[in-house]
Amino acid sequence: MTSFLEALAWLGDPAHWSGPSGIPIRTAEHLGYTVLGVLVAALIAVPLGLYAGHTGRLASLSLALAGAARALPTLGLVTLFALLLGIGLGAPLLAFVILAIPSLLAGTIAAVQSADPATVDAARAQGMTETQILARVEIPLGMPLLIGGVRGATVQVVATAMLAAYVGNGGLGRYIFLGLGARDYPQMLAGSLLIIALALVLDLSLLLLQRLTAPRGVRAA
Amino acid sequence: MRWVLDNLDVIAGYTGAHLVQALPPVLIAFALSLPLAKLANARGWLRTSVTTTSGLLYAIPSLPLFVLLPGLIGTSVRSPLNIAVALTLYGLALMVPAASDAFRSVSRDVLGSATAQGFAPAARFLQVELPLAGPVLLAGVRVVAVSTISLVTVGGVLGVPSLGMLFVDGFRRGILAEIAAGVVLTAALALIIDALLVLLGRALMPWTRQQGVRSA
Amino acid sequence: MIGFENVRKEYPGGALAVEDFSLEVASHESVVLVGTSGSGKTTLLRMINRMVDPTSGVVHIDGDDVSRLDPVVLRRSIGYVMQASGLLPHRTVEDNIITVPVLRGTSRAQARVRALELMETVGLDVSLATRYPAQLSGGQQQRVGVARGLAADPNILLMDEPFGAVDPIVRGELQLELQRLQRELRKTIVFVTHDIDEAFLIGDRVVILRPGGIVAQVGTPQEILAAPADDFVRTFVGADRGARSLHVERTDGRDVVVDADGRAAGVLEAGAASP
Repeated sequence: MTSFLEALAWLGDPAHWSGPSGIPIRTAEHLGYTVLGVLVAALIAVPLGLYAGHTGRLASLSLALAGAARALPTLGLVTLFALLLGIGLGAPLLAFVILAIPSLLAGTIAAVQSADPATVDAARAQGMTETQILARVEIPLGMPLLIGGVRGATVQVVATAMLAAYVGNGGLGRYIFLGLGARDYPQMLAGSLLIIALALVLDLSLLLLQRLTAPRGVRAA
Repeated sequence: MRWVLDNLDVIAGYTGAHLVQALPPVLIAFALSLPLAKLANARGWLRTSVTTTSGLLYAIPSLPLFVLLPGLIGTSVRSPLNIAVALTLYGLALMVPAASDAFRSVSRDVLGSATAQGFAPAARFLQVELPLAGPVLLAGVRVVAVSTISLVTVGGVLGVPSLGMLFVDGFRRGILAEIAAGVVLTAALALIIDALLVLLGRALMPWTRQQGVRSA
Repeated sequence: MIGFENVRKEYPGGALAVEDFSLEVASHESVVLVGTSGSGKTTLLRMINRMVDPTSGVVHIDGDDVSRLDPVVLRRSIGYVMQASGLLPHRTVEDNIITVPVLRGTSRAQARVRALELMETVGLDVSLATRYPAQLSGGQQQRVGVARGLAADPNILLMDEPFGAVDPIVRGELQLELQRLQRELRKTIVFVTHDIDEAFLIGDRVVILRPGGIVAQVGTPQEILAAPADDFVRTFVGADRGARSLHVERTDGRDVVVDADGRAAGVLEAGAASP
């Protein structure tokens, strides 16, 4: 318990809340990495997932690749790219994108395919174009699953963003690795608590969004 | 390649340590998830809260959890036991909701008719409910196994031996082959364990096999 | 007028749904395609709005070959009602009904007025307009499906086993309601069912199909009952079944109609006995 008190004391120290390595800046960096990683991955995975889910083409291939990609160790990718691409944000960003794509792709495909085939068939028979079916039927009905994919990707990138500090970048992971090097457990613990808080806030926000986007008629059922 | 050939003994040692840390959490999480899921399914509100809690637990990044646990349970940050406890928690976070879904996927009609035929509760669970929940349980264990094997490597930054050490050591010394070998071996280990689980599933649940040409 | 000329449908993999089918459906006529599963009846229906394109042969509407029409435009001009209604679960009753008018560019406000009229036409309480499909009974959902099919005031209404998923009592009500609607609206209706009683009730003409879309007999219900073309039709319509083989017995001074099993089916009113 004393270590928790020491960690709280570390967190309460005003010196740790200002300057370029202060908690606000590190948190902003961590959040920035996460948003950037998920966004770039979404730009790739969501259109591909919409196409694969709607047409059924490439769907099983995409899901198999996404499944296999989950076996990749995050630390391995981060260190590998850091050696290949050198110091900077490029290497971790590449790792974030690769690790975020499986969740996003699987979530998007599941979202599009979650609509009852009879509903989609009826929409087509009414005279909706394929784009209209996607935009007005499949996406609204599958929105919670799509956000679920974003949630999974965010969890993955928040964790990986911490390892970015290991290869010389910023973010909240800094405190853990500084503490580790200096055998300063309170600082490691304080950094850990901050990351856990950030991860939980992000996850809860997306969970809330997931609930809010559930289509009303379906929730009423 | 040269590095790999020169260090086969090191790699073998790390692979062994990796499995020792990864497999017990998978087994323990599986075993504990069954009673927990049955318990959760008994009450609607309990099921909802278990699912939500599991989701949030899984959202906690691994390294901070490795750091946090010693403060809570008195393990050492650098001990394999610490990693194993954390991985068991993640395993439960994934496996309890999966097991809960698995038991819910069993048709109530089938359970009702088993009761009507005179199965005692324990026999009904072991001979009817568990086998029928099997396919969904298997899917859950596969995810847990792959995820656990990948997560073990994170312990490397704390100095806990596993294939993750290849990343730490390779990065520090600038040996690309060492890191690449670590990535490939970790992924291969995950895929091999996954394949073994699929085979085990086929052996234990012959009714789930795809109807082949030979059996037609 | 809808015409099928020697249409054939083979699915990839070689399954033959329809071998060679020709039929003309006159305007304002209701024609029922009836057959067991595998008779190709739904495939034939879906050729009319190009949900299925024939492998060979031509389907035309008022002389236009449908394969030359844009499928989306074509579908918006034809009402379609299907089993389990296929309503959009995330949209209210009202929004479901106005789907097609809105797709065709009618303003939402204008379409809403029309939706309420249609709800009355199909016998739905307008207070249900803001409900979601899942909040309605099966029968109400089917009525919404019919209203949606009628929303763009199409000349043609395609109905694919629309009452197949509701219980027999509600089905009876819906069938009577459809008869009443057809007397008022005089649409060209092509209706698919596997239920011969429903076919005889709804159809001006009935097409009995064998597997593979082969026509066993076409005619009015009276013609088919009076002269079944062969044993297949005889068995299908149940001509030799007790309930269809009726005779008159004189009881207490009145003509009572009795079926082959001796069960009373009804009383013959004066004047109705002579052909």
